[in-house]
Amino acid sequence: MIRVSSVSLNINGITVRADEGATILTAAQDAGIYIPTLCYCPDVSSIGVCRLCLVRIKGQRRLEPACRTPVEEGIVVVTDDPEIERLRRVILELILSDHDFNCLLCPKSGQCRLQELVNRIGLNEHRFNRLEHVAKDLPIDTSNPFFDFNPNKCVQCTICVRTCHEIVGNDAIDMAYRSYDLRVSTFANKLLKDSACVSCGECMERCPVGALVPKKTEYPTREVKTTCSYCGVGCGLYLGVRGNTIVKARGDDESPVNKGNLCVRGRFGYNFVNSPDRLSLPLMRAYDEYAQPSSVVKVTEEGRPVTLPLVKREGKFVEINWDQAIKYVASSLAHYKGDEIAAISSARCTNEENYLFQKFTRAVLKTNNIDHCARL
Amino acid sequence: MAGLAASFGSGAMTNSINEISDAACIFAIGTNTTANHPIIGRQVTRAVQKGAKLIVVDPRRIPLCRMADIWLRLRPGTDMALLNGIMRVIIEENLMDTSFIEERCEDYDAFEASIMENDLATAEKITGVPAQDIARAARMFGSYIPATILYTLGITEHSHGTDNVRALANLALLTGNIGTPSTGVNPLRGQNNVQGACDMGALPNVYTGYQKVENEKVRRKFEKAWNCKLSPSNGLTLTEMFEAAHDGKIKAFYLKGEDPVVTDADTTFIEKAISHLELFVVQDIFLTETARLADVVLPAASFAEKDGTFTNTERRVQRVRKAIEPKGNSRPDWMIICDIAKSMGAKGFDFGSPQKVFEEMRGLTPIYGGITYERIEKSGLQWPCPDHEHPGTPYLYSKRFSTPSGRAKFAPISYRPPAETTSHEYPFILITRRCAFHYHAVMTHKAEGFDELREEEHVEIHPADAATLEIQDGEVIKVTSRRGSIKAKTKITEIVPAGVVCMTFNFAETRTNILTSRALDPIAKTPEFKVCAVKIEREESAYLIKDYMRWGTGKHKS
Repeated sequence: MIRVSSVSLNINGITVRADEGATILTAAQDAGIYIPTLCYCPDVSSIGVCRLCLVRIKGQRRLEPACRTPVEEGIVVVTDDPEIERLRRVILELILSDHDFNCLLCPKSGQCRLQELVNRIGLNEHRFNRLEHVAKDLPIDTSNPFFDFNPNKCVQCTICVRTCHEIVGNDAIDMAYRSYDLRVSTFANKLLKDSACVSCGECMERCPVGALVPKKTEYPTREVKTTCSYCGVGCGLYLGVRGNTIVKARGDDESPVNKGNLCVRGRFGYNFVNSPDRLSLPLMRAYDEYAQPSSVVKVTEEGRPVTLPLVKREGKFVEINWDQAIKYVASSLAHYKGDEIAAISSARCTNEENYLFQKFTRAVLKTNNIDHCARL
Repeated sequence: MAGLAASFGSGAMTNSINEISDAACIFAIGTNTTANHPIIGRQVTRAVQKGAKLIVVDPRRIPLCRMADIWLRLRPGTDMALLNGIMRVIIEENLMDTSFIEERCEDYDAFEASIMENDLATAEKITGVPAQDIARAARMFGSYIPATILYTLGITEHSHGTDNVRALANLALLTGNIGTPSTGVNPLRGQNNVQGACDMGALPNVYTGYQKVENEKVRRKFEKAWNCKLSPSNGLTLTEMFEAAHDGKIKAFYLKGEDPVVTDADTTFIEKAISHLELFVVQDIFLTETARLADVVLPAASFAEKDGTFTNTERRVQRVRKAIEPKGNSRPDWMIICDIAKSMGAKGFDFGSPQKVFEEMRGLTPIYGGITYERIEKSGLQWPCPDHEHPGTPYLYSKRFSTPSGRAKFAPISYRPPAETTSHEYPFILITRRCAFHYHAVMTHKAEGFDELREEEHVEIHPADAATLEIQDGEVIKVTSRRGSIKAKTKITEIVPAGVVCMTFNFAETRTNILTSRALDPIAKTPEFKVCAVKIEREESAYLIKDYMRWGTGKHKS
């Protein structure tokens, strides 16, 4: 381990210790001192474009963005004084001046960083009303099946662009156009669906405002920590549950495997669980359906149907109850000896189930004919 | 896995996912990582952003190529020739780790002799990759330490898959890239619990923790624990099972949670084999294409409806927790199996919870010995973890290999062409893959939204080939192999090289595996999914595949 030496600095009159290489912002946050931020996201590099985290360092002429300024031994930092407050208010007013703020209809309302900043910093209502409000009125991109992009609510913090570049490595989006027209765009301004976007939703998770929002915003009533069931990476997952339905999935920040990240399948693919096509009752093929309409139950209780080889797999499925199904399978399997039986287990089932299945195959069915799809 | 086991002693990812981002060089072969293992793809991205060198080996221009330092576009199925070419350069230019080879490996001389048999010009001729690019890759891999190798089914799904894996093991041993962080030979496993299913002994030749069925001491131990007699001979592998079923030697099949009709090679044969069975029991959460052929279908609970553990590709055992009650009247698989066993009069299947099953299992499995539900409550443990004090093993073979001698084995291996080659009649090579938005055949199609991203199958074909055949983009074409033919829309793209077409097997409506070959790897018994000779024909009466056989997805349009 490399030992990180720590430095001591003074923020708002309080002496704070921070690791060398930390920024003023993280040092302040660790000490419980609030500095407003909009474009800061701890998961990606800081670029200091929103200018809301400007702080004063004693002896320096300019105000410095706290998110990009490293701590130094002995510096004296002021995070808010009248001038900083005034500057922040102006910046916020300018951001809001072209923001589509129909907050009541916004799915992000209540969790929006912009709302929080307005509460914290406060607006000069008189001056704000005098600002010419120029709503952008750009088309909303609803092409992606999982989330929408509303450029009118975008604050150009570029967190989504940095996420796509630094975390996903996909570079599907970047900043395009200039000045007032500056906006997040895909290559050649295509719809998200037709772009290089992989729909992982990492940008949506990090968007501080209502620009990138999920199509479905049902809030779970409880969360269950589990492991994703798609690929072999085994990402840590929280399933959000409402009633007996899964309504949300999010990455587990504490998981050493994915550290909160998810792909499109993990984040949006949970819905197969709720599919109406799920099987409910055991199904059995009714072979003598036309000859003896009532034979189904009788046949299942006695084990293998006698006529089986002749009409095999021509009958229709009928639902039977679990007792019948278990009895039928158990008595039918008992007709065969050892190596006449083969069992195929599943790489999708749990360890416990695979253990039980091979134990069942070896100890009860008396054969080592057990395999699963590992070689496929 | 058989390949890795032969070289190192056990078959699993040697290192951890988190170590990839600290590698100085990444050799990604036969893996479309960003699409199929996106979270590992992000580790590769991070490594490259931190300055790591990336070598990509793939016939298709996959997204990883964009950030690669070297991309070797080899002909499908010629991996071995390429790897041997790389190793020849490493040996010739003395870039190998001599002390590592002396101290920790054996059988080096025979290996070196076999490598020296073929020169770079031969490798270039076979693979289609220019000799100087092979040399460049070799120099890069040989001079950056630590270097890690990532691979998936692009390596194993060949009739010589085991040889391919052993060649990769040779490459890691030659450069000493094993047994330390951020190195190793790392198969990225496809299914969520394929590692766990192997660890649990759902294999014909081993009990839990790779304890051999043929070993009498091991068998005694299990006979005592399970209180019964056990068969001393190895069982059949999955591919052999279907052949035995076809020949009438196997009469009853009990299959759970798999869909071989869609996912296995040569669909027609699989269906025929199933039709020869007397009893076919399927246990699944959906009525899959395979389940439709069953005599009895038992509805199982999904991963969100039961407790248990999964073991991921880096050997980490993690908890799965019940979030909701099972849908309808479905039941967790473990309950169903116990009920059937008890109904057959078997003892030893009275488990109140998956945790009790896990406790019995770990008592019989040394590599899982120290793992308990309590210890993995927060973040999981990586086996081997033999006792309660053991912290788990992030990377294997730091001191010794699991071979009897403790030394890793070099294997002299030479190039064998794919079992199926192109001919005048079947001039194209078909490679199969998975697409980024779907997962195998059923799950993502049943989740809303995914079909909007990628609704149907399309055949990727190079513009030059399309021009020769006068095929338009989006036109429905007929793809025919020696085993069957299917129809699908084309997508003209330079992602595939000329002479190669590519399809996924994610769509039950377009059963790509009707085309694929059952030619098996002699050791691992893996079919050759990745190389299959086909011909392409224009379809005169072009109709939309979308409306064709829609029933598989429950979205029937008449």
